[in-house]
Amino acid sequence: MSSSPVERARQSDAPLTAAVAQRDVSKEAAEERGWHEAAVVGRTVTINRTRAELYAFWRDFRNLPRFMENVERVDVGDDRRSHWVISAPAGRTVEWDSVITEDEPDSVIAWESVEGADVRNAGRIEFRDAPPGRGTYVTATIVYDPPAGDIGKLIAKLFQKEPKIQARRELRRFKQLMETGEIPVAFKEDDSAVRGSFS
Amino acid sequence: MRALTWHGKHDVRMETVPDPKIVNPRDAIIRITSTAICGSDLHLYDSYIPSMHRGDILGHEFMGEVVETGSGSNLKKGERVVVPFVIACGQCFFCGKQQFSACDNSNPADKTDLSEIAYGYAMSGLFGYSHMTGGYAGGQAEYVRVPYSDVGPLVIPDGLEDDKVLFLSDILPTGWMAAENCEIEPGDTVAVWGCGPVGLFAVQSAFLLEPTG
Repeated sequence: MSSSPVERARQSDAPLTAAVAQRDVSKEAAEERGWHEAAVVGRTVTINRTRAELYAFWRDFRNLPRFMENVERVDVGDDRRSHWVISAPAGRTVEWDSVITEDEPDSVIAWESVEGADVRNAGRIEFRDAPPGRGTYVTATIVYDPPAGDIGKLIAKLFQKEPKIQARRELRRFKQLMETGEIPVAFKEDDSAVRGSFS
Repeated sequence: MRALTWHGKHDVRMETVPDPKIVNPRDAIIRITSTAICGSDLHLYDSYIPSMHRGDILGHEFMGEVVETGSGSNLKKGERVVVPFVIACGQCFFCGKQQFSACDNSNPADKTDLSEIAYGYAMSGLFGYSHMTGGYAGGQAEYVRVPYSDVGPLVIPDGLEDDKVLFLSDILPTGWMAAENCEIEPGDTVAVWGCGPVGLFAVQSAFLLEPTG
């Protein structure tokens, strides 16, 4: 991101005042973790379900592949550890172990990859009451260390192409699944495989 | 099956395409018995609407017979239904307010980027009306897949012919809403400019609201 506040305001939705006062969250996230560099994606969606329902579904990480496009599977080790398998182009996979770093029932779940991850990353999902009758505000923040080299190029395809769009789509699928029990697809017979749903 | 497909400006074709299948639990498959052409189909024909793909199946005013249902559909095989052109989940905030055309969920996640950027908020899904509204196959075909089939379709009682009810899919409610928005009261004089099909339905709807007392 450009260091000039004017340029930042021009490139984003933020008014100039906000751009001037803007913290460099990527830099902060990197420093916090002792990483060279970090990329941050944040997104909030309102879901017409209670905090408890949404928290419970997310807390079982095995559910995540149902709405996360690139996540092939998550194996749950114990209460805090999980192993993530991400499908990459050309039949390859990217994997890491993750540990839960924050867990507040019905409110917050945060996790972070441990040593040896193909891609260092951390995530945080927060559930807050929306106004009466509106359900829950769900805010997801994903931080990752953009990797270098060959594997980096592969990962870039998955994470860096349009991470904002990716986050928007995945939270939208989460909302669709939680509100309607299924994930809509406009299916044509020659389209690729259809994703899972409740049945 | 045979279906009317879009290939470009002033280029629509009857083609043989794969039959639709049940994809999600709440889906149903309808065998089309009647379908209409909407004035807004002309916008597609004239290529005014972005995000059309070659081979897209057209048609958003249709009715027919239920031939297959998913486990979450409440329709029964053999029932005759009119299908509204808006696809609505019935469970989001907007559907709860009966604002079905603002449904939060019916447009697939990978299809909403364009309308979210262009309009600031994603549109609902529609049948046969570009990929901005979901890229769903339309009903100018022998069969159509109806998502969230427990929400939109109206079951038609025996004894009402297709021609009496087909227009409930889109154009009659359009004319009705024009009349309703006028808040017509007994004694009012009503004029309708532009008596195409929507105008004619607005006239009929105005009569139902009894402007002559």
